[in-house]
Amino acid sequence: MASGINNLLDWLLTSRLLSGLGLSVATDSVIGYVVAALIHIALIINLVAVGALVFIWLERKISGRIQDRLGPTRVGGKFGWLQTLADGLKLITKEDLMPDGADGFLFKIAPYVSFAASIAAFIAIPFAGGPYPWIAQHLNTGVFFVVAVLGLEVFGVILAGYSSASKWSLFGAMREAAQVVSYEVPLGMCAVVPVLIAGSMDMVVIGDQQAGLFTNWFIFHDPATFIVFWVYLTCATASVNRAPFDLAEAESELVAGFHTEYSGLRWSFFFMAEYGSMLSVSLLASVLFLGGWHGPIPIASLLGLTAENGDVAGYLGSLLGLTNVLFKGVVGVSVMIWIRWTLPRLRIDQVMATCLKYCTPIAAVMFLGAVLWQYNLPGRTFFGLLASPPAMFSVDEGWKAPPAVTSEPAKPAMVETNVKASTPRQVAANQGRGN
Amino acid sequence: MDAIYWPSVFFLIFGALACGFALAVLLSANIVRMAFYLVMSLAATAGLFFLAGQEFVGAMQLLIYVGGTLVLLIFGVMLTSQERFVNMKTLAGDWVIGMIAGGALLSLLTAAAFSVPEWRGPERAAVENLPIEPNATPIGMGLLGARVDQIGAPADERAGMAGYLFPFEIVSVHLLVVLIGAAYLARAKRRSNPLPTG
Repeated sequence: MASGINNLLDWLLTSRLLSGLGLSVATDSVIGYVVAALIHIALIINLVAVGALVFIWLERKISGRIQDRLGPTRVGGKFGWLQTLADGLKLITKEDLMPDGADGFLFKIAPYVSFAASIAAFIAIPFAGGPYPWIAQHLNTGVFFVVAVLGLEVFGVILAGYSSASKWSLFGAMREAAQVVSYEVPLGMCAVVPVLIAGSMDMVVIGDQQAGLFTNWFIFHDPATFIVFWVYLTCATASVNRAPFDLAEAESELVAGFHTEYSGLRWSFFFMAEYGSMLSVSLLASVLFLGGWHGPIPIASLLGLTAENGDVAGYLGSLLGLTNVLFKGVVGVSVMIWIRWTLPRLRIDQVMATCLKYCTPIAAVMFLGAVLWQYNLPGRTFFGLLASPPAMFSVDEGWKAPPAVTSEPAKPAMVETNVKASTPRQVAANQGRGN
Repeated sequence: MDAIYWPSVFFLIFGALACGFALAVLLSANIVRMAFYLVMSLAATAGLFFLAGQEFVGAMQLLIYVGGTLVLLIFGVMLTSQERFVNMKTLAGDWVIGMIAGGALLSLLTAAAFSVPEWRGPERAAVENLPIEPNATPIGMGLLGARVDQIGAPADERAGMAGYLFPFEIVSVHLLVVLIGAAYLARAKRRSNPLPTG
């Protein structure tokens, strides 16, 4: 991307309009890299920020409907779709309070730590696949990176809870820490199962192996993955601290948990981080289990919108893939909202029991089940009923094994080839005949 | 003017961040701030790994060290939060002992670092000709016992390279033992009173 931007700039600067300036840009100039990085950052921050706006509106609307209310109706026309913007304006005008006894430096920096960790996960999440994936940084171990970064968001919460100098905040932070550290284990185990089936930790490869009809999605690969998906959903809900696992901000017990003392824009950063994390775990679920950028019916390849038919067709196909993956992400977030307004909050011991007594053992057994299934029925999909299709794009690990040493041919371990009687039994028979 | 060599610039930025936050850990007196600076220092080290193109090691650094410091932080808060923001004073004797131990380690590491021939001076041409291995496949194969990254090596040199399967298994079993032990220690004690007390 960087070299393309440099070429574009060079073409612009040397064109008839601007050639009077006498400037030119080399192909590997710094400018292209900076511009490419800025474009990626701007896209990701916009996705998280605009996503938070939409999801907060969606949450208010869905919760209203579930509770037999209308939800916001006035701001911005019929559906109140500008309500979040009005909320944001209100938050900006609020006073930025800090308790007297607080540790000022940590109190101020905590929301940004949460927000930065929440955004960082999006670096490695692909939004379209194929030979030219839409991804900020194509990491070879993307799943691992995303799972590792998702666990860092809790750090800001702990800092906030500790530095607020309030017992409610400290209680909330300790609960959240215990919960997130516990739920990392089953979450990681669930994420390993699609990695195991795909044979790669590259999220682009994992997504592209589910190309074709919805029967190729990893959720329908075998019974074990089907169960693992629901365990993943539970653990993801718990690890982003949503109800019924929102012990850290249990209003009925802890005022507002870790963000009791926060107000205004700092408070809203925590919420942007929470909604960003919800979106990233949903996107991770959609890539790992739900086919990622491949819809239930392969419309893009039926219409010929693949990279083989030219750049424009490939671009349109990727656009369709982006729509698919974002739609699945939004559906995932909506399901989390639906769960929040349907189920009552668990007690802290019930939260821990759910993790340690149910999620972890089920994930471990299903991991074993997926291994056995894959070992006994390789190359089958849709619960073993159909043959899995050839991969749409060959797995490019980006690493070429060096050629084997040619001077030394591989030799069998035991059998010596220069003996005339080639097997021991014949040797024994020959000896017996001789005697 | 020579063009700026950007990889070195980024290396210096991340290296300075790591060292600066490490010093901050040393000079800070509040245990939670210390943990915060430690996390920042370790994250900057992860940035160095990402810069070197080894994102698997970098993500591992984030998951294990930064995540591990998180647990350290929780214990720090739990054990010191009887009073508000406990400050830890270091005695003069502790400073001396710490300086001796740290200085010994530093001199050892410095000597080791400068004895590696590839690191002496900026040998940019040699570095740029290194083969790019942008992923974790050799590490994974090494954990399975096959050093695919050393296939080109002569046979007599390859004899000692048996992969990492054995240490990997030892560590796995060790961790399993630790897990079982932790579960045993943390299990609910059987009450003498059979009635639940609520």
